[in-house]
Amino acid sequence: MEHYSYNRRRWVNRVMLGLCIGSAGLCIMVLVLILGYTLYQGISFVNLSFITQSAKPIGEAGGGMHNEIIGTLILVGLATAISLPVGLMTGIFLSEFGGPRLASAVRFTADVLTGMPSIVVGVFAYIILVRPMHAFSAISAGVALAIIMIPVIARTAEESLRLVPNSLREAALALGISRWRTVMSVVVPGALAGIITGVMLAMARVAGETAPLMFTALGNTFGYQGLGKPIGALPLQIWRYAMSPYKVWHQQAWAAAFLLVLMILTISIVVRWLTSRRRA
Amino acid sequence: MRPSLVRRLLTPLAGRSTSLGDAIFSRLTLVFALSVLGILLTMIVLLNIDAMPAIRKFGVSFVGNSSWNPVTEQFGALPAIFGTLLSTAIALILAIPVSLGAAIFLAELAPGWIRGPASFLIEMLASIPSVIIGLWGLFVLVPFVRSPVEHWLGKLDFIPLFHGPPFGVGFLAAGIILAIMIVPFITAMSRDVIRAVPDSQREAMLALGATRWEVISSAVLPYCRSGLIGAVILGMGRALGETMAVTMVIGNGYGVTASLFAPGNTIASKIANEFNEASGKVFIGSLVELALILFAISLIINVLARLLVWRITRGVRESRE
Repeated sequence: MEHYSYNRRRWVNRVMLGLCIGSAGLCIMVLVLILGYTLYQGISFVNLSFITQSAKPIGEAGGGMHNEIIGTLILVGLATAISLPVGLMTGIFLSEFGGPRLASAVRFTADVLTGMPSIVVGVFAYIILVRPMHAFSAISAGVALAIIMIPVIARTAEESLRLVPNSLREAALALGISRWRTVMSVVVPGALAGIITGVMLAMARVAGETAPLMFTALGNTFGYQGLGKPIGALPLQIWRYAMSPYKVWHQQAWAAAFLLVLMILTISIVVRWLTSRRRA
Repeated sequence: MRPSLVRRLLTPLAGRSTSLGDAIFSRLTLVFALSVLGILLTMIVLLNIDAMPAIRKFGVSFVGNSSWNPVTEQFGALPAIFGTLLSTAIALILAIPVSLGAAIFLAELAPGWIRGPASFLIEMLASIPSVIIGLWGLFVLVPFVRSPVEHWLGKLDFIPLFHGPPFGVGFLAAGIILAIMIVPFITAMSRDVIRAVPDSQREAMLALGATRWEVISSAVLPYCRSGLIGAVILGMGRALGETMAVTMVIGNGYGVTASLFAPGNTIASKIANEFNEASGKVFIGSLVELALILFAISLIINVLARLLVWRITRGVRESRE
């Protein structure tokens, strides 16, 4: 190791620590810039008709994203309905039943799936559902989003099930309750807050996903017409309107971004509140 | 693997359990867990089948060819692969120092009352949907990149990197957007990795009279190096596969150029732009082959990074127990 003077070491220390603080500040500044600009733009264009009306052709005054808001809710609900049982049961398997080898294989697969680019999931959903059904559809979009949600739910469910102390399991088993009843009525309720947190995080993540919807939901400004028909969604419409040449549509894109951010922030703040209360 | 799996399905999982309910329930969870494996395997198989027309027609030359002509059905992936790598490289160059610095701040320097809120804010940045970051990028960042940034850098146009007209949209804007998107991700993971370093390491260094920075740079960071590399690689995996924000600001050119100002395309943005309009087996096959390449890259990267991160955190868990 080289020998530096004390003064020099002190200055290096100050500069480097200052840079660390500065980079944390930079991150927060970028967040404020993006969120602040979205909220500022959004607030000035969002109004009641934006929420209650459906999209209008360019040149007609007014118009909103009522159908896309409903569409996003339907898609997220659909994806949750598909992924919750699969994710939860996988989590239960990983924490309660899995042997060491199989469990780590499943765990590893789930982690790899979490890192999968969402556009690839979109292409996959197109191949397995859209093409055989000969139609873009809400159900194929729901499945695509569910594939993204499953590994997240499975891993968070596993983590929170593991936090349930073994003494609870033993107590239930000692009372002669069968293993599966123990899991369902003692262990899962004990881990419920954590499981709900995971599900909500997964919902927040897919609510803003666009790439997997492009080849599955396609977009549809006329409202919900059935699971086998195309459906609109907020992120899709933001993308379409942002890439359009019309100023009015840009404004609507900002308003939609505002709503979407509000939705996702609400979820993450509730999650934050839930987890902090659990820790306290 | 196979025989033990079959045996697993035939015998109760929970040891000598007597109840029928247990047998059914444990097998049910097993089936669901296997379905997660099944999703990944089906993905690999189906993408390969669909890419087959393109793989048959172009073979290995697909990767090295830079034409993209639906009329003559000549397709090559080189510009898309190049664009993916270039935009990711820009993103990593910008993101690594910032996210390491922020992670060090969060794990080592910040007082308790700042740590929580600051972590929350940085994680919040990660939760903003890609399409909204793209919207912001398109209307705020791109004009900014065009006018001051590329204008100034353009004065250095004897360097090929900064040569060409300042469009605003292009590799540079895409790289910056990607950096914004992966910084919170890398920060959060490296923060956890740094926090996992045992205090004895820090104390030993402090006892030798080291300054705080010397403790961090020569005791803490080397100790968790492989975990940090894992975090960066996972961030890289995100950047490679990121679609919407990049599609909105990269400008949709298709070529291999030295200039950072040039509009380009990534694998993901190429698929996003053309998949719905594609017709013909070879065209669709080429796009699916692009998806397959992206899939393979992120599979390799994820496996690599998970192994690195797992090794570190498992070591910590064992030492804690």
